[in-house]
Amino acid sequence: MKTNTVPKPSVSEVLENKDDYKYGFTTDIESDVFLKGLDENVIRAISQKKNEPPFMLEFRLKAYRKWLTMKEPAWPNVKYPPIDYQNISYYAAPKARKKLESLDEVDPEILKTFEKLGIPLEEQKRLSNVAVDAVFDSVSVATTHKKKLMEHGIIFCPISEAVQEYPELVEEYLGTVVPVGDNFFAALNSAVFTDGSFVYIPPDTVSPMELSTYFRINTEETGQFERTLIICAENSYVSYLEGCTAPRFDTNQLHAAVVELVTLDNAEIKYSTVQNWYAGDKETGKGGIYNFVTKRGKCLGKNSKISWTQVETGSAITWKYPSCILMGDNSSGEFYSVALTNGHMQADTGTKMIHIGRNTRYSIISKGISADYSSNSYRGLVKVNKSAANARNYTQCDSMLVGEKCSAHTFPYIESANSTARLEHEASTSKISEEQLFYLESRGISRENAITAVISGFCKEVFKQLPMEFAVEAQKLLTLKLEDSVG
Amino acid sequence: MLEIKDLHAGFEGTEIVKGISLTVNKGEIHAIMGPNGSGKSTLSKILAGHPSYEAMGGTVTFMGKDLLELSPDQRALEGIFLGFQYPVEVPGVNNAEFLRMAYNAKMARQGKEELDPLDFDDILDEKMKLVGMDPKYKDRSLNEGFSGGEKKKNEILQMAVLQPKLAILDETDSGLDIDALRVVANGVNKLVNQDNAIILITHYQRLLEYVKPHYVHVLSKGKIVKSGDKSLALDLEAQGYDWLTPIPK
Repeated sequence: MKTNTVPKPSVSEVLENKDDYKYGFTTDIESDVFLKGLDENVIRAISQKKNEPPFMLEFRLKAYRKWLTMKEPAWPNVKYPPIDYQNISYYAAPKARKKLESLDEVDPEILKTFEKLGIPLEEQKRLSNVAVDAVFDSVSVATTHKKKLMEHGIIFCPISEAVQEYPELVEEYLGTVVPVGDNFFAALNSAVFTDGSFVYIPPDTVSPMELSTYFRINTEETGQFERTLIICAENSYVSYLEGCTAPRFDTNQLHAAVVELVTLDNAEIKYSTVQNWYAGDKETGKGGIYNFVTKRGKCLGKNSKISWTQVETGSAITWKYPSCILMGDNSSGEFYSVALTNGHMQADTGTKMIHIGRNTRYSIISKGISADYSSNSYRGLVKVNKSAANARNYTQCDSMLVGEKCSAHTFPYIESANSTARLEHEASTSKISEEQLFYLESRGISRENAITAVISGFCKEVFKQLPMEFAVEAQKLLTLKLEDSVG
Repeated sequence: MLEIKDLHAGFEGTEIVKGISLTVNKGEIHAIMGPNGSGKSTLSKILAGHPSYEAMGGTVTFMGKDLLELSPDQRALEGIFLGFQYPVEVPGVNNAEFLRMAYNAKMARQGKEELDPLDFDDILDEKMKLVGMDPKYKDRSLNEGFSGGEKKKNEILQMAVLQPKLAILDETDSGLDIDALRVVANGVNKLVNQDNAIILITHYQRLLEYVKPHYVHVLSKGKIVKSGDKSLALDLEAQGYDWLTPIPK
């Protein structure tokens, strides 16, 4: 019997690399790694290593003591074996000879790593539209365009450096959006975080370029706990991007980051993420990153705005709810999300928004795509306080299923204490249809382009929020990941 | 142009087309008529390469190539076009952008320069006028929320943009009121020339009042039971299909 179906192009024919996770390599460099385990001495050692002022050590110890009393959340719709927190090393850093004065002093192996990842730092120095902070394991290894930004009064540096150079800013804002005891993983992060990015945009300033941080986990059996703090002062604007990858290991690695954003009057932060941590073996589910992240923004000032855009395509488990606290009157928030799960990935992601100020607005567009054996949940909380007169909230939550063995779930929570609030929620679930692909193919469009078109169409409202290069990158990433699953 | 020899084909292992032979030359319009379940749609889908349908025997040669060996997009690039009975909605995919993607795939195959959105827009405006379609449909998502008539017009628009060698129009007349039918048929007539060919698949005769076929074939239970000129369509209209059904052995 001759079938009408001609063999579908495999990934290898589309991309030179047969491997669908091309970031799975490790870099061989000498690292300074702490012994596994966590107690107060380890925290003191981290603080000492970072040469921190006393307020930081106190912050960490307070968080640690709180963490000891807490339990891992059991409510997410994900399953994983218990994590042994004593079997993780809480500090890993490429051995540096001394404090780096310029990019030329960065270990060439690390520069090569970032080049391989598509972030050539040497070149980034010359590109004028994006400034990059590169974080390798627990420390920031390079930040580009610092001087140029400084001319505008913009501070963009590793947070460990900010603790030294701008302690009063750090002390004023750190932990004000995500308190040390906010949740189990945030408490752990607050106790042991080693690096991350710090951004301060002074009043009346529009950042002349996009700021970005690229996170790279390299060492096995270390946790990555980065901490990002962005403060956007009155009448200012910044667009910030983050990207993440990690090598392929058979063991699971813990990534528990905290991101805090603060906007003052009339300020706006646009925060975009393309997350592609190693997701574990596609067939067996072995290995991969546990991505337990707390991201939250506080619209402190009136008329201020925070916009989250995320494209989540990696990690064995994703537990992440970028949120907004709308305190200032007329402040607004946005959450645009594409979460793709394939293989044995599990994602429980969504957002949380708390309306406090008057006339606050929030809109949510969430697109979940599940393939293979994966599970993809949207979880969203909309909370309107009594004080929040005329709050408006719109949620649109769409899921697409690819194949028969995956699942999609939606958990919306709505709590309203003010009768003037207008809240809308729309949800849909569909299957990627062979009919759509065939329709496009029958017009001469290749299968790869057809998949890209259908998926991009589904995610359009989110992709159009991303900066151009990121949007193209994100589309390619989704196509690559789905190629095999659509079959 | 197209030569089908003793084609057997079906769906999920069930044979529906049971030995069809048909030759189509350029400049010809063929109508394939038949009752529901006679295999008309299976024939159109097997020719376009729908992945759920399988050829179970026989050969199909198109412009000297073994058609069954080609993937759907390759068939389209060779010059085959299927006008869908139920055009598919693709949310978020801009209609004009989709048409340009398809047009450029053809340009790339022919080694010609691909067009940017501005240049393509000129071509698109002209083609939309030709098929009588409102330009507002350029910026809509592909077929999403289109009325039945607009969907069918959009199929003819795609045909106009791609200028296929062989267009297979599957029940293009179904679900259209008389005005829409006239518009769609006019569009088809404007696209007919001496170098291309059309296979009209239809249940009813009324489309054939507007698009005049050279040949009419009657399909029943997976076989062509009668071929003739367009007067055959009128006989069918008057007498129905029953008289043509082969007597069971």
